[in-house]
Amino acid sequence: MIRNGEEEKIINILLVDDEKGYVNVLSNRMSKRSIHATKAYNGTEAIQILRKNNFDVVVLDLKMEDMGGIEVLKIMKKMVPELPVIILTGHGSQEAAREGISLGAFDYLTKPCELVELIDKIRQAHKNQPVESKGFHIKW
Amino acid sequence: MEPSSMERKLFYQVLTRKITVLIVVISFLPLMVTTGTLFYRFNLTYSEKIQAHISELVQRHSQDIDTFLLEKLGNIRCLAHQLETTQQTTKVFLQNHLELLKKEYRDVFTDLGLVNKNGIQFAYEGPFKLENANYIDAQWFKKAINRPFYISDVFAGLRGHPHFIIAVKIQSKGFDYILRSTINFTAFNSLVENIHIGKTGIAFIINSEGELQTQTNVGLKQSIIASMVDRNCYKNNETVFAKKKDALGNKYLCVTSMLKNIDWVMVFRQDLNDAFRDLWKIQLLTLVIFLLGCIVILFVSFTLPRSIVKLISQADTKSEAMNKQVVESGKLATIGELAAGIAHEINNPVAIMVEEAGWIEDLLEEEDLKQCENLDEFTRALKQINTQGKRCKEITHKLLSFARKTDSTVKDVQINDAIKEMVTLTGHMARYNNVIIETNFSEGIPYIQISSTELQQVILNLINNAIDAMEKTGGTIIIKTKISTIEKNHLVVSIEDNGPGIPKDNLDRIFDPFFTTKAVGKGTGLGLSICYGIIQKMGGKLDVHSQVGIGTKFRIWIPFQKDYIENKENESESKNKGELT
Repeated sequence: MIRNGEEEKIINILLVDDEKGYVNVLSNRMSKRSIHATKAYNGTEAIQILRKNNFDVVVLDLKMEDMGGIEVLKIMKKMVPELPVIILTGHGSQEAAREGISLGAFDYLTKPCELVELIDKIRQAHKNQPVESKGFHIKW
Repeated sequence: MEPSSMERKLFYQVLTRKITVLIVVISFLPLMVTTGTLFYRFNLTYSEKIQAHISELVQRHSQDIDTFLLEKLGNIRCLAHQLETTQQTTKVFLQNHLELLKKEYRDVFTDLGLVNKNGIQFAYEGPFKLENANYIDAQWFKKAINRPFYISDVFAGLRGHPHFIIAVKIQSKGFDYILRSTINFTAFNSLVENIHIGKTGIAFIINSEGELQTQTNVGLKQSIIASMVDRNCYKNNETVFAKKKDALGNKYLCVTSMLKNIDWVMVFRQDLNDAFRDLWKIQLLTLVIFLLGCIVILFVSFTLPRSIVKLISQADTKSEAMNKQVVESGKLATIGELAAGIAHEINNPVAIMVEEAGWIEDLLEEEDLKQCENLDEFTRALKQINTQGKRCKEITHKLLSFARKTDSTVKDVQINDAIKEMVTLTGHMARYNNVIIETNFSEGIPYIQISSTELQQVILNLINNAIDAMEKTGGTIIIKTKISTIEKNHLVVSIEDNGPGIPKDNLDRIFDPFFTTKAVGKGTGLGLSICYGIIQKMGGKLDVHSQVGIGTKFRIWIPFQKDYIENKENESESKNKGELT
């Protein structure tokens, strides 16, 4: 592990993006930074994975082929209301990103972004989570 | 000249001509019909009026003269009857009755006389010594002796003084006598003399031979007077109205009326020019008004179409420019949508590239490559990929912000942020032209309800103009925002440059549409007028101050809700109160 390895706990994230190349390289780089990323290449897959597993943070793309990120966000928020979701979009449409935030997303970033920035956001989101909701349990 | 502009010029020329013809036809027809009708009707009515007036005058005077003669004849006839039965001597009788007549009629009767059938006046009473005067050869005597009564023509007689005689035949004791009386010519003449109309209107009486029976100064030759009499008319005993021409070619009006009791004709003569002077004056006036009307119509029909066509062509030009603008903004919107799509498509691969480069960097750190000669070069190349990735991001973000420009919805806008975006957008162009943009934003500027896109359009336009102005020299643009101290509830954005400034002549027209000092094809001249319109729509105003050689300052005043200031004032008031207590 690189940088402050000992202090940092491994954060489990779900990385949702239909750009496979991006998801792969990002998960590789994150794995070297105490973040374990589970890869989902579309919205449906992401929701299926989320049903079976618990995550600390979700990183979600807005524009995907099967269903829009906003739709996915709504479903996720229904499933796990306190789950922090960071929107990572290449579309750069601030309106959509703002809509995401109004729907309960933690923050948003536009692609391409600095990895450091993304990881900072992930850590922040993880920290800000209510204590009781940390860990692995699903409400429904 | 381009063919299209030639065509257009031709079109406008034809249009001008059509409008001219239309105006001429539409205006002239009614004018001519009206003037013509009025002219004709008025002429007719006025002529009839004059004719009636003169005829009536002549008729009345004829009657007066008739009455006068009849009355005088009656007097003498009455005397004659009395004389037949009188016991008085003829001398006394004549004396008494002349006195009586003179008393009654003043100087109408000059004398009375009795003439026997041999023409010898054997009894006479009057101012002349005419006793025993012999009338045997006198015209009047010859005629009177054969009739019961006779009124003579005017003649000089034995006295050489114009007069006429009323003679009545008496039969007494088997002898024929004639009672005669001389009628004072002056008294008779005054009856006719009084008729005067206009300058040339005169009346006179002529006998059947065309000889003048009145003393009126007619100023006409006897032959001319004689020619006025149309014998045929007298039979009908009516007033005859005629227009005639004399030997000199002068047209005149001739009204004749036959007297009933004597073979005399009352004649009234007036030059046509004089009789119809007033009519002709009015006709002249009508003609002048008509001609003036024509001149006005012609003037209008040649000037009005030109100005109308000018307005039309201006409107055409404007609408064309508007269309162009609409097309332009349509294009911009399309480009905007396209840009948003492209940005997304580019952002993803760029993100992957950057991350892959980062991945290599990560991996290189794990490798033991201290011996590797090219390590530095690897690192540099990876950094470069990262840098260029960021550059791509910047470009796509600009494209996206451009795409957002089509949005004109009104929302709460923090003006400082909106301006900052524009400063960033123009930063590159400014640097390229050696222009520095400085900003001085006041803190605590309230949010305002406007379309940020439109405001940004205005700011962008003003910044671009300032950069264009300092293109050659370079310079500084200072952008300030603050709450106005002059206008209540307004905030001011000032954009000031130290460029060459704007000459005063241009400054007055700077907000006019299509006014531009830029080279042809470089500027539409619409930018500032659009800005002006946008700011006006916001309820604000846009003004400009400029000094040649020093620079130009544009100020945008935008109103905001009172609440903000009021709240602030309340706050400070309560603060003050707090301090006081």
